[in-house]
Amino acid sequence: MAARLARYVKAPCETKKKKKRKAKTLLRFYSFVWSDLFLTNIITQTLIVSSAKFLASLLNFPLTKAVPQSISGSVNLKMLPTESKKALSFKRYIEDGDLVIVYERHDVMKPVKVSKDAVLQNRFGVYKHSDWIGKPLGAKVFSNKGKFVYLLAPTPELWTLVLSHRTQILYIADISFVVMYLEVVPGCVVLESGTGSGSLSTSLARAVAPTGHVYSFDFHEQRAVSAREDFEKTGISSLVTVEVRDIQGEGFPEKLSGLADSVFLDLPQPWLAVPSAAKMLKQDGVLCSFSPCIEQVQRTCEVLRSDFIDIRTFEVLLRTYEVKEVKVDTSSMADQSLEEDDGGLRPCKRKHRSNEEDDTVSHDKSSNATSSVVMARPCSEARGHTGYLTFARLQCLA
Amino acid sequence: MELNKDQTVMSEDNNKPQDPNPRLAWEGCSVLLDVNDGDRLVFARLSGGAILKIGNKNYSLKPLIGAPFGSLFQVESGEDGSFLSRILPIKKENDHNNVMDDSRDNRELVDNNEAQNLTGEEIEAMRREGAKGDEIIEALIANSKTFDKKFQLSQEKYKLKKQKKYAPKLLLRRPFSRSICEAYFKKYPARIGFLRVDALSLLLTMANITAYSDVLVVDMVGGLVTGAVAERLGGTGYVCSTYKGSSPYPVEMVRMFNFSDKVIERIVQASVTELSSAKTESPEENNQQGVSNTENNINEIATSDSMVEDVSVTAEVRVVDNVVPERKIIKAPKAGAKASKEIIDMWRENGFSSLIIAAQDQDPWSFVKDALPLLSYSAPFAIYHQYLQPLATCMHKLQQEKMAINLQITEPWLREYQVLPSRSHPHMQMSSFGGYVLSGIRISTT
Repeated sequence: MAARLARYVKAPCETKKKKKRKAKTLLRFYSFVWSDLFLTNIITQTLIVSSAKFLASLLNFPLTKAVPQSISGSVNLKMLPTESKKALSFKRYIEDGDLVIVYERHDVMKPVKVSKDAVLQNRFGVYKHSDWIGKPLGAKVFSNKGKFVYLLAPTPELWTLVLSHRTQILYIADISFVVMYLEVVPGCVVLESGTGSGSLSTSLARAVAPTGHVYSFDFHEQRAVSAREDFEKTGISSLVTVEVRDIQGEGFPEKLSGLADSVFLDLPQPWLAVPSAAKMLKQDGVLCSFSPCIEQVQRTCEVLRSDFIDIRTFEVLLRTYEVKEVKVDTSSMADQSLEEDDGGLRPCKRKHRSNEEDDTVSHDKSSNATSSVVMARPCSEARGHTGYLTFARLQCLA
Repeated sequence: MELNKDQTVMSEDNNKPQDPNPRLAWEGCSVLLDVNDGDRLVFARLSGGAILKIGNKNYSLKPLIGAPFGSLFQVESGEDGSFLSRILPIKKENDHNNVMDDSRDNRELVDNNEAQNLTGEEIEAMRREGAKGDEIIEALIANSKTFDKKFQLSQEKYKLKKQKKYAPKLLLRRPFSRSICEAYFKKYPARIGFLRVDALSLLLTMANITAYSDVLVVDMVGGLVTGAVAERLGGTGYVCSTYKGSSPYPVEMVRMFNFSDKVIERIVQASVTELSSAKTESPEENNQQGVSNTENNINEIATSDSMVEDVSVTAEVRVVDNVVPERKIIKAPKAGAKASKEIIDMWRENGFSSLIIAAQDQDPWSFVKDALPLLSYSAPFAIYHQYLQPLATCMHKLQQEKMAINLQITEPWLREYQVLPSRSHPHMQMSSFGGYVLSGIRISTT
């Protein structure tokens, strides 16, 4: 039992994941270096796309092919409620057309659109979607071999774990911190570039709902299309607009000038976009720039100093703990020495004797000499760096 | 730099306290005052008579009313004594001095207290004559024997040190859960259970707080969690602060958020017993429960009322550090009304959509075992604690009882950096602990 639990918690530190992370970090660094050499966007983009594909294959990552591609019909279960009836607490039973997250293990999940004639196949057997309809969310469902998975309502966090990685994505620690530090509340207008895989966009959409809006920009046509499809799938497309635009080159569109409560930049050369971001922001609005390299941060901060105040750079990471139930010997040292002194034997002999006793005497003692204790310790491997987050507040000039 | 005395008289039209994201400070609003770039953070409620003490002088906060959030004020002296005056920033030129080429160092500095020619009396005389802070600093530099010999960076440091003393600056900031959490963490961390801003942000994210959610919270950190949730709900859904026993936990910190009435209405309170009682459907029991509940209600309303009063007084003295409140304090509307029977019934029917527990010095399991069944299936939850062991035990129990999946204990780590040309490095001092979070998703046990 204890060992099983330990595995359960320990898995985030798998080496496979590490490999993927390393590769992705490298990728991001490359994209920075390349674009800094003023190579054309196209080269950078091909690099990113081909690497992403390579990474996906390396990881055997469940790409969207598991999801029925027909996204024409309206999605019933929305990730974010835009009206009170759509809130999770009102939507308890699975219907045809819902998007659910199929949960095998904490590191094996898959987004699936429920379709009454479809089946889901995994190493545990075949699951009929028709069995799922009418079940409450959070229910166990069984395969033809009697193995079960859980069906969960999609949330931005689960989505971040299952979405297809077209680029390096932001993870929960950075996402949470960014949303809080950008002071995003319902009704806010937030600009973001680039869209990437849409991991942060989803969380920003959650924070501005129901009346605010996220305008997301990416210079990569195909990536923008895929992001739009994803937002359609998760039912948040009314909250996020994705446009194809090179923000470093052209800046944000004039029509959004002075309307943004917050701006988020995840670009290889963010300093090029800062003047435009300043134009978009309302007074006292907050900007955040995410960069993996300190040199990028350095250049960004130099530019920020002319229009922004309260410039602060952070790094935020998570340490995960594994929890285990351990049997420990609680007999005191005094007990043992008393007993052993009786025999008056040499040290090596003593050891031998106590081993023999294990089979006989300790049976009686076991009830009070050992007990189960729940213990926790940090996982031995963790993500060591994602990026630096630089925040700044637009100066009030009027 | 420009004096903006007109700023004090701003038209009423700009006062929009009901705006979800107001950009101008209005009379009666709660503000966060940042003195000298984060050296001191003070909460205050703006009124004509509110006063802030900087150094040994009192300054009226009246000039702040009607000013946009984010505006900067500096101490000025005039005929009627010192006052706060808004300053408009000068566009800084990007000076690309290569600091590494500066060969000066501190080899000739001797700490014998003879470097400054100006005496204390002379400085005081300058002030009486109405010299501006910047003028005093210039005089100090001109009369310093060592200033020119200093390394360029220490020259900057010197100026900054003198600016803080002779020309203190005050930044007017909007209180958000971010700034409220940071200010408390800096000043009274024990009162918020050492809940650092990154841990708070994790709680909100992991519990999937969004508009139209029905969020159940156990808030024993003064209302910080309740307020942060209400901020994310923006006047939709509900945040229900639940408690064991007969009196709700204080949520006085909610007053600092500048919530509109619409948001305040969505902050309610109900005891764990009230929320779970009707799960047993026997009518007799329900009746009894009903009677005792109404009794409780009266008591609770009475206690919670007096509590808010108490706290408002102490808060103004302790938390709103150094701000002497005016005789008539402009009260923010009260949060935390009793949850109505209809809403409680609705929650019993549908379940809550999220749960956050921040119970200081309590065993989280004692709350989880009662609160988790109140959630709808597939609803996420996040539990904060400043100690690891109670969370580990709680996680183990949840696993054994198969009540939840996707269980994980995480500890956020936050490091701030100084970023300057050729001088970037992590801050020399950092907070090494911001708390632990246990997160998971409730599942159907059948």
